[in-house]
Amino acid sequence: MSADSPMDNYEKLFEVAKQNEEARREKPRILLGTASCGVAAGALQVKEFFLKEIESHGLDAEVVEVGCIGHCYAEPLAIIAKPGFPAITYGNLDEGLVHLLVEDFLAGEDPCYEYALAAVDRNDVFPTFEDFPRGIYENKLILEQCGYIDPESIDSYIEKDGYRALAKALSDEPARTLDEVKASNLRGRGGAGFPTGRKWETSLKAGGDEKYVICNADEGDPGAFMDRSILESDPHQVIEGMVLCAYAIGATEGYLYIRAEYPRAVKRVREALEQAREKGVLGSSILGTEFNFDLQVFQGAGAFVCGEETALLSSIEGRRGVPRYRPPFPAVEGLWGKPTVINNVKTFSYVPHIINRGADWFKSIGTPESPGTAVFSLVGKVVNTGLVEVPMGTTLRELIFEVGGGLPDGKEFKAVQIGGPSGGCLPESALDVPIDFDSLHEAGAIMGSGGLVVMDEDDCMVSVAHYFLEFTQQESCGKCTFCRLGTKHMLDILTDITRGHGDEERLTLLEELAEDVRDGSLCNLGRTAPNPVLTTLKYFRDEYKAHIEEGRCPARACRDLVLFYIEPSRCSKLCNVCVGSCPTEAIYTRDDGLKAIDQEKCVKCDNCRKACPPEYNAVIKLSPPVLPPEKEKKRT
Amino acid sequence: MNDYVNITIDDRKIKARAGEKLLWVALDNDIYIPHLCAVREKERSNASCRLCFVEIEGMARPVTSCTQVVREEMVVRTRSTRIDRLVKTAFELLLSDHNLSCRECPANGNCELQKIAKERGLKLRQKRFKAIERDHTVDDSPDEFAFDPSRCVLCGRCIWADREEAGVGAIGFANRGINSVITTFEGVSLAESICTQCKLCVEACPVGAFYYKKDKKA
Ligand SMILES: Cc1cc2nc3c(=O)[nH]c(=O)nc-3n(C[C@H](O)[C@H](O)[C@H](O)COP(=O)(O)O)c2cc1C
Ligand code: SF4
Ligand code: SF4
Repeated sequence: MSADSPMDNYEKLFEVAKQNEEARREKPRILLGTASCGVAAGALQVKEFFLKEIESHGLDAEVVEVGCIGHCYAEPLAIIAKPGFPAITYGNLDEGLVHLLVEDFLAGEDPCYEYALAAVDRNDVFPTFEDFPRGIYENKLILEQCGYIDPESIDSYIEKDGYRALAKALSDEPARTLDEVKASNLRGRGGAGFPTGRKWETSLKAGGDEKYVICNADEGDPGAFMDRSILESDPHQVIEGMVLCAYAIGATEGYLYIRAEYPRAVKRVREALEQAREKGVLGSSILGTEFNFDLQVFQGAGAFVCGEETALLSSIEGRRGVPRYRPPFPAVEGLWGKPTVINNVKTFSYVPHIINRGADWFKSIGTPESPGTAVFSLVGKVVNTGLVEVPMGTTLRELIFEVGGGLPDGKEFKAVQIGGPSGGCLPESALDVPIDFDSLHEAGAIMGSGGLVVMDEDDCMVSVAHYFLEFTQQESCGKCTFCRLGTKHMLDILTDITRGHGDEERLTLLEELAEDVRDGSLCNLGRTAPNPVLTTLKYFRDEYKAHIEEGRCPARACRDLVLFYIEPSRCSKLCNVCVGSCPTEAIYTRDDGLKAIDQEKCVKCDNCRKACPPEYNAVIKLSPPVLPPEKEKKRT
Repeated sequence: MNDYVNITIDDRKIKARAGEKLLWVALDNDIYIPHLCAVREKERSNASCRLCFVEIEGMARPVTSCTQVVREEMVVRTRSTRIDRLVKTAFELLLSDHNLSCRECPANGNCELQKIAKERGLKLRQKRFKAIERDHTVDDSPDEFAFDPSRCVLCGRCIWADREEAGVGAIGFANRGINSVITTFEGVSLAESICTQCKLCVEACPVGAFYYKKDKKA
């Protein structure tokens, strides 16, 4: 085999893959989304429904577990590919719908278009996702195959030109690969946006013959799940990116550092590594050349701070996962003191595309300083939650209102939190900021790892700051003074404010301390922890003031600053649903037959407000927590 | 390569050994910079106490002098509004979590916290931050010394002494964040641990956390 060129060897793999996959396509196939998001929505049960129906109809069809196509709001979700019909996506699957689809479509000839979400490829009968309004904003590079290929079959990846970039790179000097990545201006997607080519070059020049490549898949931000999704949906894309990096810098060993809470990702990656070795695209003599590189999975114990690169290295070396002072940077002195490239899952995922299609193509997408796309997990008060990939430079407004479909229930937009606990909250006035590393930074947020939480009028900005700070405070490793103690005191002040115990002096202290923690902490966990506080103070200071000066929470979200009240003019004598909903029997009937709440007994659980029928909507929250005097009624 | 470099600290011209960290150069020249966690023999400083900040011309942000290697023509300021503010906050944060009863403390008069307060004109009884309540018990199981975690500033010098000087490895950091503590493996008392009672930790401790029982007041 080694007599052949890497490209010859690749073409052989490609042919086999094509044949195998074509053979699979001769049968009807159900591609079921079973990434963690799908599983959480019940996909594994839906799989059982399909298997049962297929068997009872005596059909020969395959159910393939695929990853996530990004339309998480419609999960459980499956693509049905039946020869002779366009492949169609169906969402919100349950037992009844599965029965119908198998009976009418698989056993019959009716694709049940009324239940279809979209077609996969362009056709004359049914629109595709690209025809959705969000289609014009989306540009899928690294999510392109996610949910469409079988993550457990390497052939499925190879058939889509997978590992072609590797063959191409191996046909040339390693320097060509490095040059291409450098020329592409690819910047790290792990948060800080450091130029990837420069990092690789540093490692290459650091010398020595032992080097490491590590993929950072510790993804610990609350609400972020895109790295997990990519690993579960298209693991080979990441692996190929890592092998290309190893070739460029001359590394022979590497790790994928995946958090232990991601068992499906760990399993799929392990299987993928096994298959890659069998095919000769990983391990020794890759594609018949003299290049050797092998990878293994390292399961992180789960601390958020272990995503910080120096803490991650400590953790692999078997020590406490605690950050250390940089420099030296890992690219120079990394794992076991050897030069080590650490990149994010998404960063590696772009590399095969850049090698295949060239740096110029990559730079034609996005903005000059931040080329390529941005991947976000869109969550919170937004209609279409899920994974999205848009070109850098798209505005936040487009992302939230066009791609995300705006806010549900006609609620008003208040803020968007970007970058997780290290990021910031931006207001309406910042919505036209183009998304790229530098403009977000200027606005006080960061790209971070790509969590994007949309918030509406019901979200209290002080509570939001509290929520994120509580997360970082608990995740602080405790090594350095500012982060260990500073975040604790900041959190205490915020807690006081949400309880109506704040004062102007402590607000000033909060702001000063936030700045000092930002400037004084050892690692970026502490340095960025104050961002949610600083941005909410900058853009929503009046909310803090309302809490402090009036004991009022404008969003009526802070428990201690609201009371529940039944508005007599809206309450109906003919109704008493609220009474039963109250866990503490705080609701009583007044002399006039209307309901009222005994404030002494009320535990502010919100049940009655939810229970009150929409035609009355009589239960309201008041903040500050003061009953309207003239309407106060004593219990009789 | 030259063995020495010329630097300026607070307008004083100083000849410093090449490769040396700024903190030690300053201290050797009687220029005091507050510090708790730095150990001279340790190649990589913990850089965790965040007290030894200085400003260096040409650098945008204050840097910790325990990690900064001296360079030819480096111009350093140990005091400035920014530095003083950071040092004050770090110091007050540490004291908000410190059992401040100096009169009873075995280290009274020989304490690095007191020294920092004196050198920088800072108050030990800071008012900005509420004292953090702790429930700590003293481990007095060794024959001649004891460990009082309520006075520990988590500088890690004792761990260094235990591992690198004594070569034992009896103690280390445990827990995370605000709950970080110095303990033995599995939290047993020092006497029950592999501690050899060499007392190097007591010598290393800059405050009154590891102390000789004979020095205990009242
Ligand atoms: C507290 C903390 C957590 C981090 N978590 C992650 C993570 O989960 N994934 C990641 O890729 N980078 C994370 N980073 C950033 C890494 O330190 C590092 O910069 C990144 O992996 C480099 O990859 P990139 O150049 O591809 O962005 C974290 C940083 C900090 C300070
Ligand atoms: S900033 Fe926080 S997480 Fe980072 S080293 Fe300091 S204590 Fe640890
Ligand atoms: S016991 Fe003393 S030497 Fe050890 S960490 Fe605490 S203060 Fe530092």
